[in-house]
Amino acid sequence: MSSRPSKTAPLFWLLFSGGGTASALLLPAMLFITGVAVAAGWMSDDELLAFIKNPLTRLALVGLVFLFLFHWAHRFRYALVDLGLSRIGTQAWLFYGTALAGTLVAGLGALRL
Amino acid sequence: MTPEINRPLPRSWWLRKPAYFKFMIREMTSVAVLAYSLLIIWALWAAADAQSFSTFYDFLRSPLSIGLHAVVFGLAFYHTITWIALTPKVMVEWRGDERVDPDLIAWNIWLVFVLVTVIVLVLVLA
Amino acid sequence: MDVTERAVLEVYRYLPDQESEPRLQNYEITYRDDWVVLDALNHIKAEIDPTLSFRWSCRMGVCGSCGMMVNGEPKLTCETFVRDYTTETITIEPLAHFPVVRDLVINMEDFMEKLPTVSPWLIPDEDKPLEEGEYLQTPAQVAQYQQFSMCINCMLCYSACPVYGLDSAFTGPAALALAERYNLDSRDNGSKERANVVTAHEGIWECTYVGECTEVCPKGVDPAGAIQMLKLSSARDWAMSPLSLVMPRGGRS
Repeated sequence: MSSRPSKTAPLFWLLFSGGGTASALLLPAMLFITGVAVAAGWMSDDELLAFIKNPLTRLALVGLVFLFLFHWAHRFRYALVDLGLSRIGTQAWLFYGTALAGTLVAGLGALRL
Repeated sequence: MTPEINRPLPRSWWLRKPAYFKFMIREMTSVAVLAYSLLIIWALWAAADAQSFSTFYDFLRSPLSIGLHAVVFGLAFYHTITWIALTPKVMVEWRGDERVDPDLIAWNIWLVFVLVTVIVLVLVLA
Repeated sequence: MDVTERAVLEVYRYLPDQESEPRLQNYEITYRDDWVVLDALNHIKAEIDPTLSFRWSCRMGVCGSCGMMVNGEPKLTCETFVRDYTTETITIEPLAHFPVVRDLVINMEDFMEKLPTVSPWLIPDEDKPLEEGEYLQTPAQVAQYQQFSMCINCMLCYSACPVYGLDSAFTGPAALALAERYNLDSRDNGSKERANVVTAHEGIWECTYVGECTEVCPKGVDPAGAIQMLKLSSARDWAMSPLSLVMPRGGRS
């Protein structure tokens, strides 16, 4: 039994919690916008484009991608461990690395606009 | 010492009890969060030029998108329900020697959820 | 009026000095309406098969000895009524996730070794001399930790926990709830010392909040809740730790 306090676990748990709270509160509304409002014609392509290009929106979206991806990374890798796939699930770098990469891709996309 | 019997947990443990199954579904809602993140990333990159944004917007109006949104919504809302139910277990509040009713805390967070949803919808669609 | 019913108990048997493999053995019994599963097992041992081995003691739900799997669920057999089971047979097996020594008796060494690692005793700030008298606590201070002090070490939570089932290195629900019981005690100041085990990877961080430990606990301890509280307090301590260099009293309240 390795009895040393984990130095990284608290960080990833906090990010998981932040992402979990953000996604719990915001995803339903966001899904309604992209899944229903657009298809129903309540938001035109020009309106949606203008909204996405808004610098505040871009900042918020990158921030949300960061939280959402780190929430996914943490929960999903532990789910894999619980499914008996601990050889993949314990490769923490794979999941948090993907989350970081996704955040950078989102950031890059936002900066280009 | 006489030999002991070890009974390892089978991989299918989560199929054996409704509580375990619901737990695994809850954990898999994280895939819905991943999926929507990918959509956001696509949106940010597509907004760079008219052609790519047209493709993105057309996709959002397609039956495939509506179908996927429905599935993701189901998972995301299950995440919302379970997350709000669990929050009072993490953030325990006390009033003197009595614990604040966890259900009360949960109802308050549901109220926040409704407010946040209304604000987001008004901000974006109005 | 002694109304009796019939039941068939399908019991896990393992006799290592005679057989290399475990098996299931059926016992048909008549039972009284007020019998618990432990009564049925004692009846079997007294009247039908004296070779059956199992642990029990207080027969009233306070000692934690008689935990077994009844139809796949971890139960205290002294609190589980035979009449509540309508299945054709009632399957009795040793507590899950522990090695079987013989019949329904499990090896609980792993659990026994884990308990002292969380330093389950008061670690006060300063040693208080006897002349200064007793520690005083308000009802509010007692309430903070009281629920987590009700554990009878029955290990049902370990049997319900799939994380422990997959990895026996996991410290587990009861031990971690016990750590929180002391962390929350106003007479105690040992959180930092306990953090070595509590905040190790095999401590709280391995828990994925399945929550079944709390569901099966016969004393309402809510170990899952204790672990989530520990995650929050540990994360808070971790986040505040660089501030301890500049804040008075190291940031502690």
